Amino acid sequence: MSSLLGSDQPAAERHEAGTRAALARLGRRLAGAGPAGTRRGGGRIGVIVTGCVLAILAVLPLVTLQIPWILPGPVDVLNSAGTLEVLGLCFVFAGVAAGFDLLIGFTGLLSFGQVLYFATGVYVLDAALSVWHWALLPAAALTMAVGGVLAVLLGSISLKARGIAFAMVTLAFAQAGYYLIEDNPHGLTGGDSGLVMSTSRLPAFLVGVASTRSLYWLTLAFLVAAYGITWLATESVTGQVFLAIRESERRTEVLGLRPFPFKLASFVISSLIATAGGMVYLLLVGTAAPDAVASTTVTVSILVMVVLGGLGTRWGAVIGAIVYVYLQQYLLKIAAEPSFATLPAVLRVPLSQPDFLLGAIFIAFILFAPGGIAGLARRWWPARS
Amino acid sequence: MSTFVAITISGLALGSVYFLIASGLSLIYGLMDVLNFAHGIFLTLGAYAGFDLASRMSAAADPAGFLLTAAVAAACGAVIAAMTELVLIRPLYGRPVSQILVTIGLDVALVGLLLGIYGSNARVITVPAWLTGVTSLGSERIPNGDFVALGTGAAVLAALGWFLRRTRYGIIIRAGAENRDMVRALGINVGRAFTLVFTIGGAAAGLAGLLNSVVFNGGLVDPSQGDQLLIFAFIVVVIGGLGSLAGSAVAAVLVGLVQVYVSFYAGTSAGLAQLGNVSVVLVLAIVLLARPGGLLGRTA
Repeated sequence: MSSLLGSDQPAAERHEAGTRAALARLGRRLAGAGPAGTRRGGGRIGVIVTGCVLAILAVLPLVTLQIPWILPGPVDVLNSAGTLEVLGLCFVFAGVAAGFDLLIGFTGLLSFGQVLYFATGVYVLDAALSVWHWALLPAAALTMAVGGVLAVLLGSISLKARGIAFAMVTLAFAQAGYYLIEDNPHGLTGGDSGLVMSTSRLPAFLVGVASTRSLYWLTLAFLVAAYGITWLATESVTGQVFLAIRESERRTEVLGLRPFPFKLASFVISSLIATAGGMVYLLLVGTAAPDAVASTTVTVSILVMVVLGGLGTRWGAVIGAIVYVYLQQYLLKIAAEPSFATLPAVLRVPLSQPDFLLGAIFIAFILFAPGGIAGLARRWWPARS
Repeated sequence: MSTFVAITISGLALGSVYFLIASGLSLIYGLMDVLNFAHGIFLTLGAYAGFDLASRMSAAADPAGFLLTAAVAAACGAVIAAMTELVLIRPLYGRPVSQILVTIGLDVALVGLLLGIYGSNARVITVPAWLTGVTSLGSERIPNGDFVALGTGAAVLAALGWFLRRTRYGIIIRAGAENRDMVRALGINVGRAFTLVFTIGGAAAGLAGLLNSVVFNGGLVDPSQGDQLLIFAFIVVVIGGLGSLAGSAVAAVLVGLVQVYVSFYAGTSAGLAQLGNVSVVLVLAIVLLARPGGLLGRTA
């Protein structure tokens, strides 16, 4: 079992065929035979659908439509601040999840430390803005640099381990990061109580009441950028090597490629997307709290999003994250309704906990639809695959 | 120097709690290749079962009452773990990643459920006064709880060692860890051994959850205590070598001692309160760089 996630196929033969196909594809690409093999994704129709959805999402803050029931905000208006904020949160995690899919879905590296890079984005930017009072651009540049250095350094160390040991080492590093944040070194993190972002050096469009809209567009732009980078990385020749490593690291070596630099590249790209996501999260939410952005539960959430959507499909991770975050916020809203308190305790207690419901939904997916939402979509519309 | 002995005993006691958790993780991983993320919830549920019983029982402050509480905590962990194996793990045989993911989902769901039932505030378990007292050993004053944890850890280690070496099922478990298919080919029901390791692991975890609350947290139980401990247990299992029980025992003691020494001798300075925890991660990194398979593990 050289690659952990590549080995989880119900039928050994199918796995074998998949390995052979991925390696053959890689072989052809390396030989310069041009793009070969089946194209994933919906081709032209996919591009049109994606374009339409993006256009609708982009003009959404300008639409004062009343929609009853399904909106997560306190007001039933489509472009109310509450709804836009929840959607922004959805987009932030969708981008981070797409980046995480690159690592676990496409390269087969099960990391449990993704939160470390997300927290780096949140906390370094927060410290630069609020403690050192830097301007936004240099602060963001510093944050990305720190995230990159950290990813290269810790990635190189943890990739010495394989499979479960790799997962555990990444988990341990992330936990060490959490403890450091809790320790509040030099007053940089605010410790347990967190650190509120100072808005004094932010550009005007990101501050005040009007910022809701611009922050929404910022998160949407982040999602598009994160998805685009993931798409480029997975569709390139390098992406073919990622797939080959996922299927069989040993055979990739036989083709004359050293897996390590490719694994590190996947790790660093994925981590940098998480760091950028952390920065956008801070701008959107305005505060950094260790339990919300640095604890292992965040890694678990991101993992659940990607698996819920469907590993190794990119768009699945995006859908999974949006569904997860939206449901989480929406269920909280439902639980706060006055009529909810009249339910009997047997129903009220479990239903008031989004984590319980999301965990149960996740278990149901693993048991009955292991391909996630993307797998279900493929089962219902086979032509799309 | 005078505190050194007390600190050492405290570190050994902490190591014992880690061993109780890690032994189950290690047995399950060794036999089934499943990294059980739901182990944390087994121990939280054990602690809550103990709390529930102790809060209803008038004799909770007697030694016999405490023994009963501990037995219930272990039984609760064992039952939940056995059910997890039968209901969630069994349908996913042959798909190790799905098995890991389903245990993650179970952990998320049950922590949420506990939050709903008990709220996020910690509760306090009633325990005998003796347990929170200290014993004077020469000039040393050592908390009695440390001895209880240490004794439990040693007893479980001895019992597991005997069970794995001397009983039929123990031998099946060890053989299954070596080569599952061969054991199955010999006509032995390995599935029953799977349920068994989950049950044993769950019982040890439930006990560990209760002991951790009573000995190290002043009797407090809270819904996320399992997840915090689980990370250290994972570190112990990886340092010891995945699947090696002896390795887990050695690593548990090592991690417990390092954590306690570092937090006592260096963690009192300002801003370094978590240094003990961070040092454990450093130990893990060093061990894995020197020996990727862990201290006593088979090389992967």
